[in-house]
Amino acid sequence: MSEHVLEPGPDRRGFINWFLGTSAVAFVLSVVYPVLGYLVPPRVGESTSGTVTLSLKPDDVKPNTGQIFKFGSRPGILIRTASGELRAFSAVCTHLNCTVQYRPDLSEIWCACHNGHYDLNGKNVAGPPPRPLDTFVVNVRGAQIVVSKSA
Amino acid sequence: MEPAEPRHGRLWMWLDQRVGLKDLEKLARKKEIPVHRHGIWYYLGGMTLFLFIVQVSTGILLLLYYRPSAEEAFESVQFLMAEVQFGWLVRSVHSWAANLMILTLFVHLFSVLLLKAYRPPREITWFSGMALLGLALGFGFTGYLLPWNELAYFATKVGTEITSAVPGIGQFAGRLLRGGDEVTGATLTRFYGIHVAILPATAVALLGLHLYLVQRHGMSVPPGVEREGGASRVMPFVPNFLLRDIVGWLSALAVLAALAAYFPAELGKKADPFLPAPAGIKPEWYFMFMFQTLKYLPSHILGIEGEVAGILAFGLGGLFLLLIPILDRRTARGQPSRLFTWIGIAIILYMVLFTILGYTASATK
Repeated sequence: MSEHVLEPGPDRRGFINWFLGTSAVAFVLSVVYPVLGYLVPPRVGESTSGTVTLSLKPDDVKPNTGQIFKFGSRPGILIRTASGELRAFSAVCTHLNCTVQYRPDLSEIWCACHNGHYDLNGKNVAGPPPRPLDTFVVNVRGAQIVVSKSA
Repeated sequence: MEPAEPRHGRLWMWLDQRVGLKDLEKLARKKEIPVHRHGIWYYLGGMTLFLFIVQVSTGILLLLYYRPSAEEAFESVQFLMAEVQFGWLVRSVHSWAANLMILTLFVHLFSVLLLKAYRPPREITWFSGMALLGLALGFGFTGYLLPWNELAYFATKVGTEITSAVPGIGQFAGRLLRGGDEVTGATLTRFYGIHVAILPATAVALLGLHLYLVQRHGMSVPPGVEREGGASRVMPFVPNFLLRDIVGWLSALAVLAALAAYFPAELGKKADPFLPAPAGIKPEWYFMFMFQTLKYLPSHILGIEGEVAGILAFGLGGLFLLLIPILDRRTARGQPSRLFTWIGIAIILYMVLFTILGYTASATK
């Protein structure tokens, strides 16, 4: 580059064009970079605690029903099977993130958005869901229900 | 025949010397509309434009009461509907005109497709029109969330998750769109900004290009009519065609008012992230054919997840539609192009069939 700069004549125009062009690119980048950075949402610390004590009491969940609970920032579903056993899963449908519900008429977990069905082990049995629901561990300590992520 | 020089008053002369009204008048008088049996389709673009103007006007009015946050959005719309004089009317007209605009836009698109008006030199008119369709769907998708009700919340969860499912950049694009990993108040604020600032600014710029090109190339005469020797006569745009346009616009306004009065926009229940998705949840009707297709796809197709396959297929379909002016070589050469007529009809039938299925097939099996 430097010998072009030193030569007089039409190369001077070339240098000016190169200089202006580079400056223009640098200017655009220096505007676009912070704007793009601004658009990307910052990471907010998610509650990493893998264990949640529910506000629900064991008696609140009747056999063959289900309840949504807060597991960190996402919903979970607590189910009491017809035989009386408590089970908990992530309530986030593995298809497209809708929140699932318990269907007493089918004894299945069901997603209303695209008609996805899961059995009571969280396994996807019909409809579009590609994977089973994440399973949580349920512990009943006296009148408290404690749900934790399986290790 | 040269029209007689119109007589003008002093104000007109004064303005003409400063702004150049004479040139504008000449431009307006130059535009002519061919008259032939497919002429009815020429009104659809203008109708869409009229409804867009209605959207901008009612949208500005809604801005005066709406509050874009998860805590206040639902309540502010409730207040608007219940307390503000004619608040229900403005919101209902906004909601209905949005639907009618998408409808006329689709009819406009398919009439242009079937009458092959996309052929050279109008390829860029077609591309800008397709981009405007994308923007209109973006308007619909972002606007749907703003009342922050249950249906909108889950529709947005699904819609943004579809973005995230796109291989490669999906995860990043989903986060960018949602303003985080979940649909939250941050998403609402972001959608609001997109809906009232980014999309309108982009739409006005693209609309300018689209209208400029329509003006530059004049109205396309369908190849079938051209082969029969062209349109038998023309009518001036000002005033003959414009007056017909206005009759259509006033009728549309009457229809809008009637729809808004008899079927006002609903609000439903406030969104709660910790309630299950309600049964019977559905998106706006113009997304219904895609929504219904996603329901029918199995969980895995050829080793990839069903919804990813579906999204890829719709993406390719959209790309194909966009590139039709380049792909349809026969029409470009001035030959009849049966294949692309049938492709157009197949797309229309597919969309209509799956939309109907979306409203009639049982949601719960």
